Amino acid sequence: MISVEHLTKYYGPFAAVNDISFEVAEGEILGFLGPNGAGKTTTMRILTGYMPPSSGRVIVAGCDIFKDSLEARRHISYLPETVPLYTDMSARTYLDFVGKIRALDGRKRKARIEEVAEETQITEFMDKLIGKLSKGQRQRVGLAQALLPDPDVLVLDEPTIGLDPRQIVETREVIRSLRGRHTVILSTHILPEVSMTCERVVIINRGKIVAIDTPENLQRRMQGADTVDVEVRGPAEAVQAALKAIPQVTDVRQRGNAPDNLVFSVDSEIGVDLRERLASTIVERGWGLRGLRPSTVSLEEVFVQLVTEEAPAA
Amino acid sequence: MIRNIYAITERELKSYFASPVAWIVTAFFIAMWGFLFAAIVASGREAVIRPLLNNFSVTFLLAGPLLTMRLIAEEARTGTLELLLTQPIREVELVLGKYISSVVFLMFMLLMTGYFATLLEMFGNPDEGPMLSGYLGVLLQGMAFLAIGLLASAFTQNQIVAAVVTFVTLLILWLSDSLANTVLSGTAADVVRYVSITQRFNDMPRGIIDTKDVVFFLTIVVGCLFLTTQVLTARRWR
Ligand SMILES: Nc1ncnc2c1ncn2[C@@H]1O[C@H](COP(=O)(O)OP(=O)(O)OP(=O)(O)O)[C@@H](O)[C@H]1O
Ligand SMILES: [Mg+2]
Repeated sequence: MISVEHLTKYYGPFAAVNDISFEVAEGEILGFLGPNGAGKTTTMRILTGYMPPSSGRVIVAGCDIFKDSLEARRHISYLPETVPLYTDMSARTYLDFVGKIRALDGRKRKARIEEVAEETQITEFMDKLIGKLSKGQRQRVGLAQALLPDPDVLVLDEPTIGLDPRQIVETREVIRSLRGRHTVILSTHILPEVSMTCERVVIINRGKIVAIDTPENLQRRMQGADTVDVEVRGPAEAVQAALKAIPQVTDVRQRGNAPDNLVFSVDSEIGVDLRERLASTIVERGWGLRGLRPSTVSLEEVFVQLVTEEAPAA
Repeated sequence: MIRNIYAITERELKSYFASPVAWIVTAFFIAMWGFLFAAIVASGREAVIRPLLNNFSVTFLLAGPLLTMRLIAEEARTGTLELLLTQPIREVELVLGKYISSVVFLMFMLLMTGYFATLLEMFGNPDEGPMLSGYLGVLLQGMAFLAIGLLASAFTQNQIVAAVVTFVTLLILWLSDSLANTVLSGTAADVVRYVSITQRFNDMPRGIIDTKDVVFFLTIVVGCLFLTTQVLTARRWR
């Protein structure tokens, strides 16, 4: 549905986006993850036809966004980073305006406005001036605007920014519900957001793609091992030595320094579940076993790892 | 095409009628008109609207920039331009929609001044021909001013900058006549006189509609709208 080929964007001599390529399949939700200044917004602005790339090209729904811009734009709707709202209008007249530009006719437009208002939970302040809404409320009006035309492709630049925790959860729910029917690209620096909403992640840093994969695969790739966290009461060195002695254990690291409540991270080869063996080892020696749980490396760590690895090279 | 233009015009007009600036300009406009009416017509005891229209176009020097400064600059500043330019509409449609809304607002202001023309009709016996051609002159001149203002608004994100640039441009066009008559001579004077708006405008309230003058104003309008479209399209150039 979307194909980005060797996209590069220079601001003066500075390459904000540097030779990135990726594809998004129809109905897929793709997360665009990167720290501040990574080039997310720049990429999205090019994708939506707001500005041209310095080189490379973008095909959306079969149309070149640069050469066949008008036709391509019919398939896209966009929620920019700075939510584009007219403060002197109410949310209802604003959505009505966008609906008219999107060629939605009379009754259909009205019905559709009610529908997205319901979905983004803006119904109760639909007739208030946008200038008098709170930041989170405005963000939701912006999202309603993007959903309104029911386009093939949605480009959302940090859609959950400024929302309260409950709204974040509900907005992610809305985005997830688009899966299958719409192709979505969303940018964020909130990591859990990607693993919760996206099927695939592009990690971008300093204008370059660092990794493209599913959230699960990225996690596994970074991990390279299965890890169990063990909480023990006992003599630190003896415990560590005993755990290390267990076959198939590859590494034991001590975390935390509470005197008689020790936490160890025990790595094993992939696919081996050591929990029972660890428990019996500890109990046999008369130490206190206080906790035992498999640890999953969060995407957060993946992200930090990827990004810090890339940094010295750039 | 038409629908998009209409949608833009409609939204823009809502903004005009919600904007204090537009109402202040209207109030100022009508107050000026009333003042000039009292000063010229009442004291002259002659039911002609010509001197009124002549003096009156001065107020456009201020009204023009104030009515157009917001049009594009403000959308660029608040980010709504990013929304509009990623919608399936052409830059021309955007520019025309905005321009038409400003012209409609101008007509609304002129309509309000119809009150004074009505007074003349009631208590005097004015010549309708010159009055109508005078109004046409005011409208054409106003349209040219608005087009210049719209163009200036496309260059910046700052309304004040847009207003000042428009004002200075209009002032130069306005003064060029006196400039030609005093400082310059020969060909230079002719050229400057040619672009003078005063010169173009003066005949109309006398009841003379010269096609050349009409063409002159319309050329300014078309030229400025074309350039405005180009400025917006330029962002898409590599
Ligand atoms: N108009 C511009 N002119 C010059 N440089 C720019 C411009 N816009 C962005 N940049 C630079 O390009 C780089 C990428 O910016 P971009 O806005 O794409 O980052 P981002 O990934 O969206 O960051 P954030 O998470 O903060 O939104 C930054 O270093 C920024 O300073
Ligand atoms: Mg950004």
